[in-house]
Amino acid sequence: MKIENYLDKLDKPIMLKIADRVKETSNVDTFYFNYCLNSQPGQFVMLWLPGINEKPFSIAYDTGELFGLAIAQVGAFTEELFQKKVGERVGIRGPYGRPFWKEKDAKNVVMVGGGYGVAPLATLAEELTTKGVKVHFINGARSKGLLLFTDRLKQLDVKLYTTTNDGSYGEKGIVTDSFKKILKQEKIDLVYCCGKEQMEKAMFDLCEEAGVNAQISVERYMKCGIGICGACSVDGTGAPTCQKGPVLESATLRKITEFGKYHRGGSGKKEYFR
Amino acid sequence: MVDITANIAGLKLKNPTILASGILGVTKDSLKYAVQNGAGACIIKSISREERKGHNAPNMHAIEGGFMNAVGYSNPGLEKAKEEFQNLKEVGAPVIASIIGQDADEFGYMAEKFLSDEFAAVEAVLSCPHTPGYGTLAGQGTPQATEEITKKVRSKTKLPLFIKISPESQPIGEIARAAEAAGADAITAVNTMGPGIHLDIYARKPVLHFGRGGVSGPALRPIAVRCISDIYQSVKIPIIGCGGVTTGRDAIEMFMVGASTVQIGTGVYYRGPEVFQLVCDEIKAFMEEEGFKDIKEMVGVANN
Ligand SMILES: Cc1cc2nc3c(=O)[nH]c(=O)nc-3n(C[C@H](O)[C@H](O)[C@H](O)COP(=O)(O)OP(=O)(O)OC[C@H]3O[C@@H](n4cnc5c(N)ncnc54)[C@H](O)[C@@H]3O)c2cc1C
Ligand SMILES: Cc1cc2nc3c(=O)[nH]c(=O)nc-3n(C[C@H](O)[C@H](O)[C@H](O)COP(=O)(O)O)c2cc1C
Ligand code: FES
Repeated sequence: MKIENYLDKLDKPIMLKIADRVKETSNVDTFYFNYCLNSQPGQFVMLWLPGINEKPFSIAYDTGELFGLAIAQVGAFTEELFQKKVGERVGIRGPYGRPFWKEKDAKNVVMVGGGYGVAPLATLAEELTTKGVKVHFINGARSKGLLLFTDRLKQLDVKLYTTTNDGSYGEKGIVTDSFKKILKQEKIDLVYCCGKEQMEKAMFDLCEEAGVNAQISVERYMKCGIGICGACSVDGTGAPTCQKGPVLESATLRKITEFGKYHRGGSGKKEYFR
Repeated sequence: MVDITANIAGLKLKNPTILASGILGVTKDSLKYAVQNGAGACIIKSISREERKGHNAPNMHAIEGGFMNAVGYSNPGLEKAKEEFQNLKEVGAPVIASIIGQDADEFGYMAEKFLSDEFAAVEAVLSCPHTPGYGTLAGQGTPQATEEITKKVRSKTKLPLFIKISPESQPIGEIARAAEAAGADAITAVNTMGPGIHLDIYARKPVLHFGRGGVSGPALRPIAVRCISDIYQSVKIPIIGCGGVTTGRDAIEMFMVGASTVQIGTGVYYRGPEVFQLVCDEIKAFMEEEGFKDIKEMVGVANN
């Protein structure tokens, strides 16, 4: 019975200085840290503001020497974070969760990103395109000012589709419209998706109809990030999303009865998607 | 062949490992997940009368050789929890309710309104060290309070009743005796110890948002084992060991000082949900090696 290596685990935050802050859109900033995180696209960290709270954020960039988090200002915690200046410290632990992965036989793939969900997919696209995978990248937002990472995406060797609901940039419409068009023209082997849950569900339904496998990042309320507290367990499998996800494949998504319907808040109470 | 089935206060378990309260257990399906990973029974996350948000995060983190938490009893409250925990047969193993209250009357109310026959037993928790209004912070760790609360819950339910006590309550044998006298069917020993404080020295603050929290995992184990030993020599009712069980060896240690079954919480952190299956395999291997046929043969041998 060797137990020593289990006990090496030591999940607690380390304090890192904000090395840089870059404004992306009216409410999204990327926060950079000079630290070797060793993450894979789709994983997340827990970010701690001492005396305030601790919340999960996906890793938007990781060069091995520095990493970045693209954060939308949406409520009390992120408002506090946006007060932080370069040089100030925050706590970080991770990387956590199951990342997106390359599938051997997937040679022609579609990536669909909404909001900050574009970032991990862009990292993934960088990797896959160097390995001979053809990538169709759909980036969607309500209007031009909310589109994220347009410059970063332009530098990638991908076929880029940009949609805005109001037509202020790219094609007028929603990401599923572009996806339907692609499906009519080509055989797609795999879909990667990261964004708002209703969009993800719509994409998943289209994939199921078309018989295309998907990898989708499913976000749930997270407290521990390490599979203990049960806050992020999804109905159907009961598995904690922080550990067995956030990226889940079609076979698992089919079993998750709450996908696209509801999630839970910090007390465990159900909150329905509208 | 060795027999690792266990029996605690009339509950028959396919193995002696039980998911401890507050680890997963927020939803029915998460209990199922623990059982699929080998748990012989499971306990739901503790439920209070009203919804509770709990403390802000960080709610938990590891330390060298142990774990700290101050969740603050987040739960959806009695009514929502009743909706959640239905058709419990689907879980595939006995489901044990966990209730908390601010005083004996509230414990009684919880027992009356929350418990249904679907639960195999109920654990009343008198021992959380980091939630104002509850547990040891509300003085529930004394023999008097233990007796009063146990009596109240006993009068409202016929389910087997476990009383979960704190390693900080001394002498712990007296606490257990008070519970036994008031009608408890088993003692769960123990809850987390402390509270303790762990700082991040760069932040100049405790990592836990609440500032202090209960200590669990391997650091707690020797204390838990001593508590079980003391209780075994004080009461006749069975003991459910809890605190730092990570391997089969740790479970066996608890059997040998008097526990009939064990709960596993922090072990899920160290070894994943597979910890239940692994611990069972390790218990079996030891029994085969040492010539034990039944877990009962090990219970209390170290105290004789
Ligand atoms: C795996 C994962 C990756 C994420 N990646 C990013 C990212 O890259 N960029 C980004 O801006 N946001 C990301 N989020 C969401 C981010 O955690 C929330 O926006 C943030 O916690 C909001 O906190 P707030 O107090 O500012 O807002 P609030 O007003 O508290 O909440 C706004 C929204 O955030 C959700 N939320 C609040 N607390 C949590 C929590 N502890 N866990 C999960 N969701 C929560 C709420 O359900 C609500 O929908 C991610 C969430 C998860 C689970
Ligand atoms: C994150 C966490 C949450 C907990 N929540 C509860 C709870 O809600 N009710 C309870 O009775 N005990 C709770 N506990 C205590 C455990 O059930 C257990 O008694 C303690 O952790 C010692 O066992 P362990 O070392 O195996 O974890 C919690 C422990 C942890 C680590
Ligand atoms: S956030 Fe605690 S189990 Fe996933």
